[in-house]
Amino acid sequence: MQKEYTVTVYTEDRIGITNRITVIFTRRGINITSLTTAETEIPGVYKFIITVLSDREKLDKVVGQIEKLIEIHRAFVHEDDEVVYQELALYKISTTSLQNGNIEQLIRDNNARILTITADYFVIEKTGHQQELIDMLKKLEPYGLIEYSKSGRVAIVKWSRRFHDHLKALASKEADNFKAVSH
Amino acid sequence: MQQKDVLPMKTEPADKRVAAAAPALNVTGAEAVIRSLIAEGVETIFGYPGGAIMPIYDALYDFQDQVHHILVRHEQGATHAAQGYARTSGKVGVVFATSGPGATNLVTGLADAHMDSTPMVCITGQVAAALLGTDAFQETDVIGITMPITKWNIQVTRPEDIPGAIAKAFYIARNGRPGPVLVDITKNAQVAKADFNYKKCDYIRSYQPVPEVQADAVEAAAALINSAKRPYILCGHGVLIANAEKELIAFAEKAQIPIASTLLGLSAVSVDHPLYVGYLGMHGNYGTNINTNECDVLIAVGMRFDDRITGDVNTYARQAKVIHIEIDAAEINKIIKADVAVHADAKAALQALIPQIQPQRHDEWLQSFRVADQLEKEKVTQAELYPQEGGLKMAEVIRRISEKTGGHAVLVTDVGQHQMVASRYYRFQDPNTNITSGGMGTMGFALPAAMGAKVGVPEKEVVAIIGDGCFQMTLQELGTIYQSEIGVKIVILNNNFLGMVRQWQQLFFDKRYSSTEMINPDFVQIAKGFYVPGRKVTDRAEIDAAVDEMLAHKGAYLLEVVVEREDNVFPMVPAGAPIANIRLE
Repeated sequence: MQKEYTVTVYTEDRIGITNRITVIFTRRGINITSLTTAETEIPGVYKFIITVLSDREKLDKVVGQIEKLIEIHRAFVHEDDEVVYQELALYKISTTSLQNGNIEQLIRDNNARILTITADYFVIEKTGHQQELIDMLKKLEPYGLIEYSKSGRVAIVKWSRRFHDHLKALASKEADNFKAVSH
Repeated sequence: MQQKDVLPMKTEPADKRVAAAAPALNVTGAEAVIRSLIAEGVETIFGYPGGAIMPIYDALYDFQDQVHHILVRHEQGATHAAQGYARTSGKVGVVFATSGPGATNLVTGLADAHMDSTPMVCITGQVAAALLGTDAFQETDVIGITMPITKWNIQVTRPEDIPGAIAKAFYIARNGRPGPVLVDITKNAQVAKADFNYKKCDYIRSYQPVPEVQADAVEAAAALINSAKRPYILCGHGVLIANAEKELIAFAEKAQIPIASTLLGLSAVSVDHPLYVGYLGMHGNYGTNINTNECDVLIAVGMRFDDRITGDVNTYARQAKVIHIEIDAAEINKIIKADVAVHADAKAALQALIPQIQPQRHDEWLQSFRVADQLEKEKVTQAELYPQEGGLKMAEVIRRISEKTGGHAVLVTDVGQHQMVASRYYRFQDPNTNITSGGMGTMGFALPAAMGAKVGVPEKEVVAIIGDGCFQMTLQELGTIYQSEIGVKIVILNNNFLGMVRQWQQLFFDKRYSSTEMINPDFVQIAKGFYVPGRKVTDRAEIDAAVDEMLAHKGAYLLEVVVEREDNVFPMVPAGAPIANIRLE
């Protein structure tokens, strides 16, 4: 059955690693709905957080094939209840809409905040789950929305302690035993 | 012109090679490439020069007495030659090619080596780093192109990074499940200088090539095997790669378990071994296929349940408990769910398993294979191997080659009917004597692969079995065979058709022979043009003498045998059908 899953991939810092990972989804015709990557608390180790609509059996095989890549430490598939996750959206609204009365209440009710105001526009930020951000978008549309931009997912895995301890142990070792090829 | 049987390789003075691999100050990147290869023990390179790799070829000029370069006629030929070389010699095959078209011509061979787990390091020249991404002359994104068909690849843009990249390339290519690696070196990195200090790679933080054998998995496997009434071993390529042939046989003998082989597992076990029951898959033996659905414990060793083995997976071995011994974790549960997965090198796993196996006998079970063999013999084999009349059969040609070489030759096959016939009827005796393109099914593989195979084991007889269609895909390598004096025997089984496609058209497309008939050239005359002697046989009475002549000849020889035009390979499991639907006619 198709549903949304979070895939996390822990990698070495290497040019082209994104290609190597995404091409494995492409081969099986799986559409990536969001992708976020940044360095972890362990220097040189990157974490990819990928959301996809797919089925579990297929994803378990995809993850196996991702783990086969040389510069991948591990890859996992998570159900929504295994991760604490958050997304972030920015909404650019025409300043003239400030004259419409309800926007203050809307910002308060949604725990959003204003990042900047200029004569032409202002920018609202909101974090939450995807549906909450989309709901907010709908509510803002009547106020003259100019632009909307949403991040991919960031996620913390609930049972990650053992694996991150393992990664920390790796951090004391070189990526390989010759002078690293750097760019 | 008489050719030498064995490639005239000069034996390199060992001390000279040691000196070449020693640290050196201020050498060009190109020289560092050659010194790195020497440090990895490379003796043979298959390649083709061009603009972006010229500095490396220039450096090679100074090391000709230490590294032997074989100039192929097309880069694809270099990759298949390197594959043949790797599979017979057990070493890593090395390929040189230039940027652009040189690099793109490697694609088929890389994909083939990737599917068939063959260790290969391809070094490509690339335009100068400053020109990358600008659509410069002969620039192509070879890293992007080869990413999904290599085990690993890397672009190097500075001379100081060359030894490290090559060390890593060899480590990755040869360890774990082997595979092809590509190192792309920009021209500026070849020309600029750096100090050379080579250290072999034996560790990568994010890569564990050989998993530790899990004791509980081995125990669980042993328990299943010890209680089995009809256990069945499927022997895959992983057994050969792990050099686990002796262990597999010891394991099978201890509990009297029948062994069947996949296409790439052929030659791991002598076909004359009493427990060897035959070849698996679409055109495999009758008993080996139907008994897959009769066994109670299926022990798959170093194989990946290709669809040509399983047919319809939903009806494949449903009754059996499956033990899967496999080094590549991604293969476990990919196609067939394993009841017990032993994620390990085949040799290590079998060594751990043997002491836990109780001696058993399974006479009745073994007998069931012999009964099936008898049926196959009556319906198919006898008439194929010993026809009395009608056109020549591919099988009778293979039988004679098998008899006259005692099953000890290295058999290199191309792709199609002749490949299946050769795999069915050649009586393999020694490990690593079956070289073929399994996963990719690359037509044109055999001629270049046979040259590489011969260079890998010059003391052995190497016989290439090639279809008339396949031969015309890479026949230009006759030029390499002539120039480098490679004594391969080439047998063309000519039915003037793309036989396997024609067979499918006959059986599944109402005999609508769409673009499968071939009007062929005079193959013997072509060989003669490359100074390779040959002979054409159309008559059954001539075959024995012709095969004798071919095998007695020192050096390369081409034998064309005109076989029956519309002959079919049976048994056959139609693609995607349950293996129980195997057809004998």
